[in-house]
Amino acid sequence: MDDNMKKNNRSLKIIVYTLLIAYSLLTLAPFVWSILTSFKTTAEIAGGSTFLPEAWSFRGYKTIFASQFPQWISNSLFVALLTMIFNIFFNTMAGYALARIDFKGRQLLFSLLLVLIMVPSQVTMIPLYIVISNLNLVDSQWSIIFTTMINIGYIFMMRQFFINFPRDVEEAAAMDGLSSFGTFIRIVLPNAKAAVATQGIFVFMGVWNEFMKPLLFISSPNKYMLTQGLNALSKSFKNSTQWDVIMAGSIISIIPIFIIYIILNKYFITENDQSAGVK
Amino acid sequence: MGKKRYNTLQGYSFLTPALLVILVFTLVPIGYAFFMMFFKVDLLSGTRTFVGLGNFEKIFNDPKFWASFENTTKYVAVVVPIQTILAMILASFLNSKIKFNRTFLTIMFIPTLTSSSAMTLIFMWLFNNNGLVPNVIESVFGKNVQFLTNPDLALTVIMIMNIFSTIPHFMIVFLSGLQDIPWSLYEAAQIDGANKVKQFVHVTVPQLMPITFYVLTMGIVGTFQIFDQAFIISNGTGGPQNSTLTFSLYIYQLAFSSNDMGRATALAFMLGLIIFTVTFIVNKLLKADKVNG
Repeated sequence: MDDNMKKNNRSLKIIVYTLLIAYSLLTLAPFVWSILTSFKTTAEIAGGSTFLPEAWSFRGYKTIFASQFPQWISNSLFVALLTMIFNIFFNTMAGYALARIDFKGRQLLFSLLLVLIMVPSQVTMIPLYIVISNLNLVDSQWSIIFTTMINIGYIFMMRQFFINFPRDVEEAAAMDGLSSFGTFIRIVLPNAKAAVATQGIFVFMGVWNEFMKPLLFISSPNKYMLTQGLNALSKSFKNSTQWDVIMAGSIISIIPIFIIYIILNKYFITENDQSAGVK
Repeated sequence: MGKKRYNTLQGYSFLTPALLVILVFTLVPIGYAFFMMFFKVDLLSGTRTFVGLGNFEKIFNDPKFWASFENTTKYVAVVVPIQTILAMILASFLNSKIKFNRTFLTIMFIPTLTSSSAMTLIFMWLFNNNGLVPNVIESVFGKNVQFLTNPDLALTVIMIMNIFSTIPHFMIVFLSGLQDIPWSLYEAAQIDGANKVKQFVHVTVPQLMPITFYVLTMGIVGTFQIFDQAFIISNGTGGPQNSTLTFSLYIYQLAFSSNDMGRATALAFMLGLIIFTVTFIVNKLLKADKVNG
Protein backbone atom coordinates (compact mmCIF):
# COMPACT_ATOMS: atom_id res chain seq x y z
CA MET A 1 0.00 0.00 0.00
CA ASP A 2 2.87 2.32 0.83
CA ASP A 3 4.35 1.66 -2.61
CA ASN A 4 1.05 2.40 -4.19
CA MET A 5 0.82 5.73 -2.39
CA LYS A 6 4.32 6.72 -3.45
CA LYS A 7 3.50 5.91 -7.04
CA ASN A 8 0.32 7.93 -6.73
CA ASN A 9 2.24 10.84 -5.29
CA ARG A 10 4.76 10.78 -8.09
CA SER A 11 2.13 10.81 -10.82
CA LEU A 12 0.36 13.58 -8.95
CA LYS A 13 3.59 15.59 -8.90
CA ILE A 14 3.92 15.18 -12.65
CA ILE A 15 0.38 16.45 -13.13
CA VAL A 16 1.04 19.45 -10.85
CA TYR A 17 4.23 20.36 -12.70
CA THR A 18 2.55 19.99 -16.08
CA LEU A 19 -0.34 22.23 -15.08
CA LEU A 20 1.95 24.85 -13.54
CA ILE A 21 4.16 24.94 -16.63
CA ALA A 22 1.10 25.10 -18.88
CA TYR A 23 -0.36 27.99 -16.90
CA SER A 24 2.98 29.84 -16.89
CA LEU A 25 3.19 29.47 -20.68
CA LEU A 26 -0.39 30.66 -21.01
CA THR A 27 0.51 33.69 -18.88
CA LEU A 28 3.56 34.49 -20.97
CA ALA A 29 1.94 33.92 -24.37
CA PRO A 30 0.11 37.28 -24.73
CA PHE A 31 3.23 39.16 -23.68
CA VAL A 32 5.59 37.24 -25.96
CA TRP A 33 3.18 37.67 -28.85
CA SER A 34 2.98 41.42 -28.17
CA ILE A 35 6.76 41.78 -27.99
CA LEU A 36 7.13 39.92 -31.30
CA THR A 37 4.42 42.11 -32.84
CA SER A 38 6.20 45.27 -31.72
CA PHE A 39 9.18 44.27 -33.92
CA LYS A 40 7.19 43.44 -37.05
CA THR A 41 6.46 45.65 -40.03
CA THR A 42 2.86 46.76 -40.55
CA ALA A 43 2.69 44.75 -43.79
CA GLU A 44 3.67 41.60 -41.91
CA ILE A 45 1.14 42.35 -39.15
CA ALA A 46 -1.63 42.76 -41.74
CA GLY A 47 -0.61 39.42 -43.32
CA GLY A 48 -0.93 37.86 -39.89
CA SER A 49 0.62 34.51 -40.74
CA THR A 50 4.16 34.69 -39.30
CA PHE A 51 5.27 33.91 -35.77
CA LEU A 52 8.75 35.47 -35.62
CA PRO A 53 9.31 38.82 -37.36
CA GLU A 54 10.69 38.22 -40.88
CA ALA A 55 12.78 41.37 -40.76
CA TRP A 56 13.17 42.96 -37.33
CA SER A 57 11.71 46.44 -37.53
CA PHE A 58 12.22 49.12 -34.90
CA ARG A 59 9.70 51.48 -36.44
CA GLY A 60 7.21 50.94 -33.60
CA TYR A 61 9.72 52.02 -30.96
CA LYS A 62 11.02 54.91 -33.09
CA THR A 63 7.47 56.19 -33.59
CA ILE A 64 6.79 55.90 -29.87
CA PHE A 65 9.85 57.87 -28.86
CA ALA A 66 9.21 60.54 -31.50
CA SER A 67 5.71 61.10 -30.03
CA GLN A 68 4.77 62.61 -26.66
CA PHE A 69 5.31 59.20 -25.09
CA PRO A 70 8.56 60.14 -23.22
CA GLN A 71 6.73 63.15 -21.77
CA TRP A 72 3.94 60.86 -20.52
CA ILE A 73 6.47 58.51 -18.94
CA SER A 74 8.05 61.38 -17.04
CA ASN A 75 4.60 62.69 -16.00
CA SER A 76 3.68 59.28 -14.61
CA LEU A 77 7.07 58.91 -12.90
CA PHE A 78 6.75 62.34 -11.28
CA VAL A 79 3.20 61.78 -10.03
CA ALA A 80 3.79 58.17 -8.91
CA LEU A 81 7.03 58.93 -7.02
CA LEU A 82 5.65 61.99 -5.25
CA THR A 83 2.41 60.19 -4.35
CA MET A 84 4.42 57.24 -3.06
CA ILE A 85 6.49 59.47 -0.75
CA PHE A 86 3.42 61.24 0.61
CA ASN A 87 1.64 57.93 1.18
CA ILE A 88 4.60 56.40 2.99
CA PHE A 89 4.83 59.31 5.45
CA PHE A 90 1.16 60.08 5.99
CA ASN A 91 -0.21 56.52 6.09
CA THR A 92 2.58 55.37 8.40
CA MET A 93 2.08 58.36 10.73
CA ALA A 94 -1.66 57.78 10.85
CA GLY A 95 -1.30 54.03 11.36
CA TYR A 96 1.25 54.62 14.11
CA ALA A 97 -1.02 57.06 15.95
CA LEU A 98 -4.00 54.70 15.70
CA ALA A 99 -1.95 51.79 17.05
CA ARG A 100 0.32 53.42 19.61
CA ILE A 101 -0.92 56.77 20.87
CA ASP A 102 -3.74 56.59 23.37
CA PHE A 103 -5.82 59.64 22.50
CA LYS A 104 -9.45 60.68 22.87
CA GLY A 105 -11.76 59.51 20.05
CA ARG A 106 -9.28 56.98 18.68
CA GLN A 107 -11.73 54.09 18.53
CA LEU A 108 -14.43 56.22 16.91
CA LEU A 109 -12.00 57.53 14.30
CA PHE A 110 -10.81 54.04 13.49
CA SER A 111 -14.38 52.77 12.98
CA LEU A 112 -15.12 55.73 10.72
CA LEU A 113 -12.11 54.89 8.55
CA LEU A 114 -13.26 51.27 8.25
CA VAL A 115 -16.67 52.42 7.03
CA LEU A 116 -15.08 54.74 4.47
CA ILE A 117 -13.05 51.85 2.99
CA MET A 118 -16.31 50.31 1.81
CA VAL A 119 -17.57 53.33 -0.16
CA PRO A 120 -16.97 52.58 -3.86
CA SER A 121 -15.02 55.24 -5.76
CA GLN A 122 -17.92 55.78 -8.20
CA VAL A 123 -20.02 57.36 -5.45
CA THR A 124 -17.44 60.07 -4.85
CA MET A 125 -16.21 60.32 -8.45
CA ILE A 126 -18.57 63.05 -9.71
CA PRO A 127 -18.72 65.24 -6.57
CA LEU A 128 -14.93 64.84 -6.38
CA TYR A 129 -14.68 66.23 -9.88
CA ILE A 130 -16.70 69.27 -8.74
CA VAL A 131 -14.46 69.72 -5.66
CA ILE A 132 -11.40 69.53 -7.90
CA SER A 133 -12.83 72.07 -10.32
CA ASN A 134 -13.72 74.41 -7.42
CA LEU A 135 -10.11 74.17 -6.25
CA ASN A 136 -9.01 75.06 -9.79
CA LEU A 137 -7.10 71.80 -10.08
CA VAL A 138 -8.69 70.49 -13.27
CA ASP A 139 -6.02 69.70 -15.85
CA SER A 140 -3.26 69.80 -13.23
CA GLN A 141 -1.24 66.78 -12.11
CA TRP A 142 -1.76 67.95 -8.52
CA SER A 143 -5.38 66.80 -8.81
CA ILE A 144 -4.13 63.21 -8.93
CA ILE A 145 -1.41 63.71 -6.30
CA PHE A 146 -3.71 65.40 -3.76
CA THR A 147 -6.56 62.91 -4.15
CA THR A 148 -4.30 59.85 -3.81
CA MET A 149 -1.71 61.04 -1.29
CA ILE A 150 -3.20 58.96 1.51
CA ASN A 151 -4.86 55.56 1.39
CA ILE A 152 -7.15 54.29 4.13
CA GLY A 153 -6.38 50.66 3.25
CA TYR A 154 -2.66 51.17 3.93
CA ILE A 155 -3.37 53.22 7.09
CA PHE A 156 -5.23 50.12 8.26
CA MET A 157 -2.31 47.88 7.22
CA MET A 158 0.22 50.05 9.08
CA ARG A 159 -1.94 50.08 12.19
CA GLN A 160 -1.99 46.27 12.21
CA PHE A 161 1.78 46.29 11.74
CA PHE A 162 2.49 48.67 14.65
CA ILE A 163 0.23 46.78 17.03
CA ASN A 164 2.84 43.99 17.04
CA PHE A 165 5.83 46.36 17.16
CA PRO A 166 8.05 46.08 20.30
CA ARG A 167 7.39 48.92 22.74
CA ASP A 168 10.79 49.08 24.47
CA VAL A 169 12.51 50.61 21.41
CA GLU A 170 10.32 53.71 21.59
CA GLU A 171 10.64 53.92 25.36
CA ALA A 172 14.43 53.90 25.11
CA ALA A 173 14.27 56.67 22.51
CA ALA A 174 11.99 58.76 24.73
CA MET A 175 14.46 58.33 27.61
CA ASP A 176 17.19 59.66 25.35
CA GLY A 177 15.13 62.82 25.03
CA LEU A 178 13.96 62.41 21.43
CA SER A 179 10.69 64.19 20.67
CA SER A 180 7.82 62.00 19.53
CA PHE A 181 8.22 63.14 15.94
CA GLY A 182 11.97 62.54 16.21
CA THR A 183 11.29 59.05 17.56
CA PHE A 184 8.99 58.43 14.64
CA ILE A 185 11.48 59.53 11.97
CA ARG A 186 14.66 58.05 13.50
CA ILE A 187 13.42 54.93 15.26
CA VAL A 188 9.96 53.85 14.10
CA LEU A 189 10.22 54.39 10.34
CA PRO A 190 13.55 52.55 9.85
CA ASN A 191 12.21 49.60 11.83
CA ALA A 192 9.12 49.35 9.66
CA LYS A 193 11.14 48.92 6.45
CA ALA A 194 9.38 45.81 5.15
CA ALA A 195 5.88 47.15 5.67
CA VAL A 196 6.89 50.50 4.19
CA ALA A 197 8.40 48.79 1.12
CA THR A 198 5.24 46.73 0.56
CA GLN A 199 3.11 49.83 0.84
CA GLY A 200 5.46 51.75 -1.45
CA ILE A 201 5.32 49.18 -4.27
CA PHE A 202 1.55 48.95 -4.22
CA VAL A 203 1.05 52.72 -4.13
CA PHE A 204 3.48 53.26 -7.00
CA MET A 205 1.82 50.49 -9.00
CA GLY A 206 -1.64 51.87 -8.27
CA VAL A 207 -0.78 55.37 -9.50
CA TRP A 208 1.28 54.15 -12.47
CA ASN A 209 -1.64 51.98 -13.62
CA GLU A 210 -4.51 54.35 -12.68
CA PHE A 211 -6.82 55.10 -15.60
CA MET A 212 -10.05 56.68 -14.41
CA LYS A 213 -8.71 59.67 -12.46
CA PRO A 214 -6.44 60.98 -15.26
CA LEU A 215 -9.33 60.47 -17.69
CA LEU A 216 -11.57 62.68 -15.55
CA PHE A 217 -9.11 65.31 -14.37
CA ILE A 218 -6.55 65.80 -17.12
CA SER A 219 -7.27 67.02 -20.62
CA SER A 220 -4.11 68.54 -22.18
CA PRO A 221 -2.07 65.91 -24.06
CA ASN A 222 1.23 67.23 -22.69
CA LYS A 223 -0.01 66.57 -19.12
CA TYR A 224 -1.37 63.06 -19.83
CA MET A 225 -0.46 60.18 -17.58
CA LEU A 226 1.03 57.16 -19.35
CA THR A 227 -2.13 54.99 -19.24
CA GLN A 228 -4.20 57.79 -20.69
CA GLY A 229 -1.57 58.53 -23.33
CA LEU A 230 -1.46 54.87 -24.28
CA ASN A 231 -5.21 54.92 -24.87
CA ALA A 232 -4.96 58.10 -26.98
CA LEU A 233 -2.10 56.59 -28.93
CA SER A 234 -4.05 53.41 -29.64
CA LYS A 235 -6.99 55.46 -30.89
CA SER A 236 -4.85 57.22 -33.48
CA PHE A 237 -2.94 54.12 -34.63
CA LYS A 238 -5.61 51.40 -34.41
CA ASN A 239 -7.58 52.42 -37.48
CA SER A 240 -4.47 52.24 -39.60
CA THR A 241 -3.77 48.88 -37.87
CA GLN A 242 -0.29 49.96 -36.80
CA TRP A 243 -0.23 47.44 -33.99
CA ASP A 244 3.58 47.52 -33.89
CA VAL A 245 3.39 51.05 -32.46
CA ILE A 246 0.61 50.22 -29.98
CA MET A 247 2.38 47.07 -28.76
CA ALA A 248 5.73 48.89 -28.43
CA GLY A 249 3.99 51.45 -26.20
CA SER A 250 2.24 48.78 -24.12
CA ILE A 251 5.43 46.79 -23.58
CA ILE A 252 7.45 49.86 -22.59
CA SER A 253 4.76 50.90 -20.11
CA ILE A 254 5.16 47.56 -18.27
CA ILE A 255 8.98 47.64 -18.01
CA PRO A 256 9.48 50.13 -15.11
CA ILE A 257 6.99 48.37 -12.87
CA PHE A 258 8.46 44.98 -13.76
CA ILE A 259 11.98 46.13 -12.81
CA ILE A 260 10.77 47.44 -9.44
CA TYR A 261 8.94 44.16 -8.89
CA ILE A 262 12.02 42.04 -9.67
CA ILE A 263 14.15 44.10 -7.27
CA LEU A 264 11.64 44.16 -4.43
CA ASN A 265 9.68 40.94 -4.91
CA LYS A 266 11.79 39.00 -2.43
CA TYR A 267 11.05 41.70 0.09
CA PHE A 268 7.34 41.71 -0.13
CA ILE A 269 6.81 38.01 -0.52
CA THR A 270 8.72 37.35 2.70
CA GLU A 271 6.72 40.19 4.19
CA ASN A 272 3.61 38.28 3.19
CA ASP A 273 4.94 35.15 4.86
CA GLN A 274 5.68 37.10 8.02
CA SER A 275 2.26 38.60 8.27
CA ALA A 276 0.84 35.13 7.72
CA GLY A 277 2.96 33.83 10.59
CA VAL A 278 1.87 36.52 13.00
CA LYS A 279 -1.89 36.02 12.76
CA MET B 1 -3.84 64.57 33.30
CA GLY B 2 -1.24 66.55 31.42
CA LYS B 3 -0.04 63.32 29.85
CA LYS B 4 -3.50 62.55 28.47
CA ARG B 5 -3.91 65.96 26.91
CA TYR B 6 -0.41 65.74 25.46
CA ASN B 7 -1.29 62.35 23.94
CA THR B 8 -4.46 63.71 22.36
CA LEU B 9 -2.55 66.61 20.85
CA GLN B 10 0.11 64.24 19.60
CA GLY B 11 -2.36 61.72 18.20
CA TYR B 12 -4.20 64.30 16.17
CA SER B 13 -1.04 65.99 14.92
CA PHE B 14 0.14 62.62 13.55
CA LEU B 15 -3.26 62.16 11.92
CA THR B 16 -3.67 65.70 10.56
CA PRO B 17 -2.45 65.15 6.98
CA ALA B 18 -4.56 61.99 6.57
CA LEU B 19 -7.66 63.53 8.14
CA LEU B 20 -7.36 66.68 6.04
CA VAL B 21 -7.19 64.70 2.78
CA ILE B 22 -10.07 62.45 3.87
CA LEU B 23 -12.19 65.46 4.78
CA VAL B 24 -11.67 67.39 1.54
CA PHE B 25 -11.52 64.55 -0.98
CA THR B 26 -13.75 61.87 0.58
CA LEU B 27 -16.17 63.25 3.20
CA VAL B 28 -17.08 66.45 1.35
CA PRO B 29 -17.75 64.52 -1.91
CA ILE B 30 -19.85 61.92 -0.04
CA GLY B 31 -21.91 64.68 1.58
CA TYR B 32 -22.23 66.41 -1.77
CA ALA B 33 -23.35 63.15 -3.40
CA PHE B 34 -26.27 62.80 -0.96
CA PHE B 35 -27.40 66.25 -2.00
CA MET B 36 -26.75 65.94 -5.74
CA MET B 37 -28.75 62.79 -6.34
CA PHE B 38 -32.00 64.68 -5.65
CA PHE B 39 -31.13 67.50 -8.05
CA LYS B 40 -30.79 68.09 -11.74
CA VAL B 41 -27.30 69.54 -11.99
CA ASP B 42 -26.00 71.26 -15.09
CA LEU B 43 -22.33 72.00 -14.69
CA LEU B 44 -22.08 74.13 -17.82
CA SER B 45 -24.77 76.64 -16.88
CA GLY B 46 -24.30 76.10 -13.13
CA THR B 47 -28.03 75.56 -12.49
CA ARG B 48 -29.46 73.19 -9.91
CA THR B 49 -33.11 72.20 -9.77
CA PHE B 50 -34.63 70.00 -7.07
CA VAL B 51 -36.24 66.97 -8.66
CA GLY B 52 -36.85 64.76 -5.60
CA LEU B 53 -36.76 61.11 -6.63
CA GLY B 54 -36.98 62.09 -10.30
CA ASN B 55 -33.44 60.90 -11.03
CA PHE B 56 -34.22 57.42 -9.70
CA GLU B 57 -37.48 57.29 -11.64
CA LYS B 58 -35.64 58.15 -14.85
CA ILE B 59 -33.04 55.47 -14.13
CA PHE B 60 -35.63 52.72 -13.70
CA ASN B 61 -37.35 53.66 -16.97
CA ASP B 62 -34.10 53.68 -18.89
CA PRO B 63 -33.30 50.68 -21.13
CA LYS B 64 -29.59 51.58 -21.03
CA PHE B 65 -29.65 51.22 -17.26
CA TRP B 66 -31.13 47.73 -17.57
CA ALA B 67 -28.52 46.83 -20.19
CA SER B 68 -25.71 47.96 -17.87
CA PHE B 69 -27.36 46.15 -14.96
CA GLU B 70 -27.53 42.91 -16.93
CA ASN B 71 -23.97 43.19 -18.25
CA THR B 72 -22.46 43.99 -14.87
CA THR B 73 -24.39 41.26 -13.04
CA LYS B 74 -23.45 38.67 -15.66
CA TYR B 75 -19.86 39.84 -15.44
CA VAL B 76 -19.69 39.47 -11.64
CA ALA B 77 -21.48 36.11 -11.67
CA VAL B 78 -19.02 34.62 -14.18
CA VAL B 79 -15.73 36.24 -13.15
CA VAL B 80 -15.84 35.98 -9.34
CA PRO B 81 -16.34 32.19 -8.97
CA ILE B 82 -13.87 31.31 -11.74
CA GLN B 83 -11.07 33.57 -10.53
CA THR B 84 -11.54 32.48 -6.90
CA ILE B 85 -11.46 28.74 -7.67
CA LEU B 86 -8.52 28.96 -10.10
CA ALA B 87 -6.52 31.16 -7.73
CA MET B 88 -7.09 28.68 -4.90
CA ILE B 89 -6.07 25.67 -7.00
CA LEU B 90 -2.94 27.34 -8.38
CA ALA B 91 -1.94 28.51 -4.90
CA SER B 92 -2.23 24.99 -3.51
CA PHE B 93 -0.11 23.69 -6.42
CA LEU B 94 2.57 26.26 -5.60
CA ASN B 95 2.38 25.32 -1.94
CA SER B 96 2.90 21.57 -2.55
CA LYS B 97 6.68 21.47 -1.98
CA ILE B 98 7.67 21.83 -5.61
CA LYS B 99 10.90 23.16 -7.05
CA PHE B 100 11.18 26.53 -8.83
CA ASN B 101 8.06 27.85 -7.11
CA ARG B 102 9.54 31.35 -6.96
CA THR B 103 10.14 31.24 -10.74
CA PHE B 104 6.55 30.16 -11.33
CA LEU B 105 5.34 32.89 -9.00
CA THR B 106 7.37 35.60 -10.74
CA ILE B 107 6.09 34.63 -14.19
CA MET B 108 2.48 34.26 -13.09
CA PHE B 109 2.50 37.66 -11.38
CA ILE B 110 3.21 39.64 -14.59
CA PRO B 111 -0.48 40.17 -15.55
CA THR B 112 -1.21 41.72 -12.15
CA LEU B 113 1.66 44.19 -12.62
CA THR B 114 0.42 45.27 -16.03
CA SER B 115 -1.85 48.32 -16.18
CA SER B 116 -5.43 47.76 -17.27
CA SER B 117 -4.84 49.96 -20.31
CA ALA B 118 -1.78 48.02 -21.55
CA MET B 119 -3.52 44.72 -20.79
CA THR B 120 -6.64 45.79 -22.69
CA LEU B 121 -4.62 46.85 -25.72
CA ILE B 122 -2.77 43.52 -25.69
CA PHE B 123 -6.08 41.63 -25.53
CA MET B 124 -7.57 43.79 -28.27
CA TRP B 125 -4.61 42.85 -30.45
CA LEU B 126 -5.06 39.16 -29.60
CA PHE B 127 -8.83 39.11 -30.19
CA ASN B 128 -9.29 41.61 -33.04
CA ASN B 129 -10.64 40.21 -36.30
CA ASN B 130 -7.13 39.73 -37.68
CA GLY B 131 -5.66 38.74 -34.30
CA LEU B 132 -4.01 35.58 -33.04
CA VAL B 133 -7.04 33.98 -31.34
CA PRO B 134 -9.52 34.26 -34.27
CA ASN B 135 -6.75 33.11 -36.65
CA VAL B 136 -5.96 30.03 -34.56
CA ILE B 137 -9.66 29.20 -34.22
CA GLU B 138 -10.09 29.54 -37.97
CA SER B 139 -7.13 27.29 -38.78
CA VAL B 140 -8.13 24.61 -36.23
CA PHE B 141 -11.93 24.60 -36.52
CA GLY B 142 -12.30 26.25 -39.92
CA LYS B 143 -14.73 28.72 -38.36
CA ASN B 144 -14.52 32.48 -38.61
CA VAL B 145 -15.37 33.90 -35.18
CA GLN B 146 -15.41 37.63 -34.49
CA PHE B 147 -15.00 38.75 -30.92
CA LEU B 148 -14.74 42.51 -30.40
CA THR B 149 -17.35 43.47 -33.00
CA ASN B 150 -19.74 40.76 -31.86
CA PRO B 151 -22.29 41.80 -29.18
CA ASP B 152 -22.45 38.21 -27.90
CA LEU B 153 -18.70 37.88 -27.32
CA ALA B 154 -17.26 41.35 -26.59
CA LEU B 155 -18.05 41.12 -22.89
CA THR B 156 -16.58 37.60 -22.79
CA VAL B 157 -13.21 38.99 -23.88
CA ILE B 158 -13.29 41.45 -20.97
CA MET B 159 -14.23 38.59 -18.62
CA ILE B 160 -11.29 36.46 -19.78
CA MET B 161 -8.96 39.43 -19.44
CA ASN B 162 -10.11 40.23 -15.92
CA ILE B 163 -9.84 36.61 -14.77
CA PHE B 164 -6.38 36.43 -16.31
CA SER B 165 -5.07 39.56 -14.59
CA THR B 166 -6.73 39.09 -11.17
CA ILE B 167 -5.87 35.43 -10.54
CA PRO B 168 -2.19 36.10 -9.62
CA HIS B 169 -3.12 38.71 -7.05
CA PHE B 170 -5.57 36.44 -5.22
CA MET B 171 -3.23 33.47 -5.68
CA ILE B 172 -0.66 35.24 -3.48
CA VAL B 173 -3.33 35.95 -0.89
CA PHE B 174 -4.32 32.27 -0.83
CA LEU B 175 -0.67 31.24 -0.70
CA SER B 176 -0.06 33.14 2.53
CA GLY B 177 -3.21 31.56 3.97
CA LEU B 178 -2.09 28.06 2.97
CA GLN B 179 1.14 28.47 4.91
CA ASP B 180 -0.93 28.87 8.09
CA ILE B 181 -2.60 25.46 7.83
CA PRO B 182 -0.93 23.11 10.35
CA TRP B 183 0.72 20.04 8.82
CA SER B 184 -0.78 17.83 11.50
CA LEU B 185 -4.20 18.17 9.83
CA TYR B 186 -2.81 16.72 6.60
CA GLU B 187 -1.00 13.95 8.48
CA ALA B 188 -4.20 13.02 10.27
CA ALA B 189 -6.06 12.92 6.96
CA GLN B 190 -3.29 10.77 5.49
CA ILE B 191 -3.60 8.25 8.32
CA ASP B 192 -7.33 8.09 7.59
CA GLY B 193 -6.34 7.09 4.06
CA ALA B 194 -7.35 10.30 2.30
CA ASN B 195 -5.53 10.88 -0.99
CA LYS B 196 -4.30 14.34 -2.08
CA VAL B 197 -7.53 15.28 -3.81
CA LYS B 198 -9.58 14.31 -0.75
CA GLN B 199 -7.15 16.21 1.47
CA PHE B 200 -7.67 19.30 -0.68
CA VAL B 201 -11.45 19.02 -0.40
CA HIS B 202 -11.64 18.11 3.31
CA VAL B 203 -8.68 19.98 4.80
CA THR B 204 -7.51 22.79 2.51
CA VAL B 205 -10.86 24.20 1.40
CA PRO B 206 -12.47 24.42 4.87
CA GLN B 207 -9.26 25.77 6.45
CA LEU B 208 -9.03 28.48 3.81
CA MET B 209 -12.61 29.69 4.39
CA PRO B 210 -11.71 33.04 6.07
CA ILE B 211 -9.28 33.83 3.23
CA THR B 212 -11.84 32.73 0.64
CA PHE B 213 -14.31 35.12 2.24
CA TYR B 214 -11.82 37.96 1.87
CA VAL B 215 -11.06 37.04 -1.77
CA LEU B 216 -14.78 36.77 -2.62
CA THR B 217 -15.51 40.14 -1.03
CA MET B 218 -12.66 41.91 -2.78
CA GLY B 219 -13.61 40.16 -6.03
CA ILE B 220 -17.25 41.24 -5.82
CA VAL B 221 -16.38 44.83 -4.92
CA GLY B 222 -13.78 45.02 -7.72
CA THR B 223 -15.81 43.40 -10.50
CA PHE B 224 -18.93 45.48 -9.84
CA GLN B 225 -16.80 48.57 -10.47
CA ILE B 226 -15.35 47.41 -13.83
CA PHE B 227 -14.63 50.47 -15.95
CA ASP B 228 -11.18 50.79 -17.61
CA GLN B 229 -11.37 47.71 -19.83
CA ALA B 230 -14.93 48.42 -21.01
CA PHE B 231 -14.05 52.04 -21.69
CA ILE B 232 -10.95 51.24 -23.74
CA ILE B 233 -12.43 48.32 -25.71
CA SER B 234 -15.55 50.26 -26.72
CA ASN B 235 -13.86 53.65 -26.97
CA GLY B 236 -16.19 54.90 -24.24
CA THR B 237 -19.42 53.92 -26.03
CA GLY B 238 -20.21 50.60 -24.33
CA GLY B 239 -20.76 49.05 -27.77
CA PRO B 240 -21.27 46.99 -29.85
CA GLN B 241 -25.01 47.38 -29.09
CA ASN B 242 -24.46 48.25 -25.40
CA SER B 243 -22.92 44.81 -24.85
CA THR B 244 -19.95 46.23 -22.90
CA LEU B 245 -21.89 48.98 -21.15
CA THR B 246 -21.14 48.51 -17.44
CA PHE B 247 -22.49 50.40 -14.44
CA SER B 248 -19.39 52.55 -14.06
CA LEU B 249 -19.14 53.28 -17.75
CA TYR B 250 -22.78 54.37 -17.80
CA ILE B 251 -22.21 56.61 -14.77
CA TYR B 252 -19.31 58.20 -16.63
CA GLN B 253 -21.41 58.70 -19.78
CA LEU B 254 -24.28 60.29 -17.85
CA ALA B 255 -21.96 62.68 -16.04
CA PHE B 256 -19.56 63.69 -18.77
CA SER B 257 -21.33 63.05 -22.09
CA SER B 258 -24.97 63.74 -21.17
CA ASN B 259 -23.95 66.38 -18.60
CA ASP B 260 -26.49 64.98 -16.12
CA MET B 261 -24.46 64.82 -12.91
CA GLY B 262 -27.47 64.42 -10.63
CA ARG B 263 -28.64 61.27 -12.35
CA ALA B 264 -25.08 59.94 -12.54
CA THR B 265 -24.67 60.40 -8.78
CA ALA B 266 -28.02 58.69 -8.14
CA LEU B 267 -26.84 55.73 -10.22
CA ALA B 268 -23.50 55.66 -8.37
CA PHE B 269 -25.39 55.59 -5.07
CA MET B 270 -27.39 52.60 -6.33
CA LEU B 271 -24.20 50.83 -7.34
CA GLY B 272 -22.81 51.40 -3.83
CA LEU B 273 -26.02 49.99 -2.36
CA ILE B 274 -25.92 46.92 -4.63
CA ILE B 275 -22.26 46.20 -3.76
CA PHE B 276 -23.02 46.57 -0.08
CA THR B 277 -26.07 44.27 -0.25
CA VAL B 278 -24.35 41.52 -2.26
CA THR B 279 -21.32 41.58 0.05
CA PHE B 280 -23.63 41.40 3.06
CA ILE B 281 -25.53 38.41 1.63
CA VAL B 282 -22.32 36.53 0.80
CA ASN B 283 -21.05 37.29 4.30
CA LYS B 284 -24.25 35.90 5.86
CA LEU B 285 -24.25 32.79 3.67
CA LEU B 286 -20.67 31.92 4.62
CA LYS B 287 -21.18 32.74 8.30
CA ALA B 288 -24.26 30.50 8.36
CA ASP B 289 -21.85 27.57 8.03
CA LYS B 290 -19.92 28.87 11.03
CA VAL B 291 -16.73 28.47 9.05
CA ASN B 292 -15.86 32.10 9.20
CA GLY B 293 -15.29 31.89 12.95
